[in-house]
Amino acid sequence: MRKKLLAAMLSTAMVASMASVTMVQAEEKDPSEVKVGLVLDVGGVNDGSFNQTSWEGLQKAVEDFGVQGTYLESNNDADYAANIDTFLDEEYDLIIGVGYMLADGIRAAAEENPDVKFAIIDDSTNADLDNVTCLMFKQEQCSYLVGTVAGKMTKANNVGIVLGMATETMHQFGYGYVAGVLDTNPECEIQQMNANSFANAEIGKADANAMITNGADIIYQVAGGTGRGVIEACDEADGVYAIGVDTDQAPLAPETVITSAMKRVDTSVYDSVDRLLKGELESGIVVYDLASDGVGIAPTQDLLPEDVIAAVNEAAEKIKSGEIVVPSSKEEFDEKYGDDAYSLDVE
Amino acid sequence: MWAVIVKNLGLLINATLIATPPLLLAALGSCFSERSGVVNIGIEGMMTIGAFTGAAVALATGNGWIGFLCGGLAGAVFGVIHAIACVSMHADQTIAGTAINFIGPGLAVFLCKAMYDNSSDTPALEASAKLPKMFNGVFKTGSFGSNVLNVYSVAYLVFIFAVICWFVFYKTRLGAHLRAVGEHPEACESLGINVYRVRYICVIVSGFMAGLGGAFCTLATVNQFRPSVIVGQGFIAIAAVIFGKFSPGGAAAACLLFGFCNGVKTLASQGNVVSPNLISMIPYIVTILALILFVGKAHAPAANGKPFYKSK
Repeated sequence: MRKKLLAAMLSTAMVASMASVTMVQAEEKDPSEVKVGLVLDVGGVNDGSFNQTSWEGLQKAVEDFGVQGTYLESNNDADYAANIDTFLDEEYDLIIGVGYMLADGIRAAAEENPDVKFAIIDDSTNADLDNVTCLMFKQEQCSYLVGTVAGKMTKANNVGIVLGMATETMHQFGYGYVAGVLDTNPECEIQQMNANSFANAEIGKADANAMITNGADIIYQVAGGTGRGVIEACDEADGVYAIGVDTDQAPLAPETVITSAMKRVDTSVYDSVDRLLKGELESGIVVYDLASDGVGIAPTQDLLPEDVIAAVNEAAEKIKSGEIVVPSSKEEFDEKYGDDAYSLDVE
Repeated sequence: MWAVIVKNLGLLINATLIATPPLLLAALGSCFSERSGVVNIGIEGMMTIGAFTGAAVALATGNGWIGFLCGGLAGAVFGVIHAIACVSMHADQTIAGTAINFIGPGLAVFLCKAMYDNSSDTPALEASAKLPKMFNGVFKTGSFGSNVLNVYSVAYLVFIFAVICWFVFYKTRLGAHLRAVGEHPEACESLGINVYRVRYICVIVSGFMAGLGGAFCTLATVNQFRPSVIVGQGFIAIAAVIFGKFSPGGAAAACLLFGFCNGVKTLASQGNVVSPNLISMIPYIVTILALILFVGKAHAPAANGKPFYKSK
């Protein structure tokens, strides 16, 4: 027992001393010696969503700054800590956790390794740690813009939203969308469903078919792989449009996906590397919003009429100027729109 | 009142017809393999390679049916591999199947990255390159007719497949042989039945059907291959075979039940009254209830999983 304890203490001391060495070096290091690692969540590097975009952001940073960058995929929750450890063992300078599912793993590692820098996307619970940067997105703002599109373009006054899961981050997409629809079209019915899965296209398709049967003619999907089924159901139906999320999803169904709510995770990763190199990477929360181009609406706008584009641009300006404050929590939303307007957050 | 019932019934059937076909195709194939005495837990890997091949061929040829067929053939190639390992080489069937579950998705993603600009998603298929729908444009979008009849023709074709499988199993010489080979291969051999040949045919058929099931996912359910397009359907198909007591009819009923649960989930999640976590439990609860109430003990073929050595 005593031996084990001693070994544990020694190894902790070793890791700590190694980490402090890394830190000292980081300031003097040439960019080519700076190592940045991404720990992806279970979606995998080609999820067409934030895992993929964060890796694209890091690749751009590698190109522009000459740093070393790599990623590790996680096949299940148990891989998060192991992947973070791998980067720690290899003396990475910045370890970025992609997604709130890594919050616990990043916290544990950051507490044990105070001299290594960490960043995490979509999580604010680690903002109290001195070596963690929380990269937060105003997803309600881009959702508001696509909500404006939906409210303007629906002919049936009936639109839908499919969520992949009922979490705080997911609800922010929902609040923004519903607010955007209601502000442009107060009479519009908004069907809301939670597929409770990010990987089941069959459920997504069945859910979207149910919405279409109930009269929806535009459906916004915030549901990863499940959302591919939603887009497909809209594509197969006559006169029904879909709205994509995270990246510009128009290539998936060019006749159907009228717009997408973009979340520029790539920008946040690129920025973080930039700040690390300049020695400006600070702990706490960094917010990416419409004003800083951290969120926005997709560049593909072929299917949008002039007046809709004008309305979106106007809404965007108002959000940037603070004239419109898009609700980002249940309290804010219910205060303005009543507690019946959004039903997915009911416990 | 009636309108609501008809509408929801339509949605229920629609969701069932989305989820059932890939399961049923894979499960029918699995019946062949299992009943002939070869455990095939590699269905998932075979479905994945079928899903990729189907999408890739449809992209290249612009024809969904050719893609569908080639998806099946890719699965059959994996069936050949499984048969060589398990029948000729007497390998442990569970391990060989597990290996296929690793090779299938790995090879699919590798080929996809090699062929499509280092992306593990294929480009999206045009609607014309997918499998055809039966009554496109006949019914109004969202109507009962559209939900029930304007589905992918394969969604109905699979039920004809199920009947054909039943016929092969119980009305043909091959069916009699394959059932006998799964129970007592030594006795079959003494009667002059070529055990290896029967098992080879059955395992290859199993791979072919699994490949078709996978191709259905990329050519009908969605319009592209991506690694997460096959996530557990193969294992559910295997469960359906055991649930259905290793018979084509039973497996078909079990697959319909699983598909039906998909529909119940969709209906239950409308209005957001029921907790989504409870809704997600529906298939499991239904399965347990069905097992307790209606299905007795599943009797596996006696020689299932045991390598057969030819007597010298």
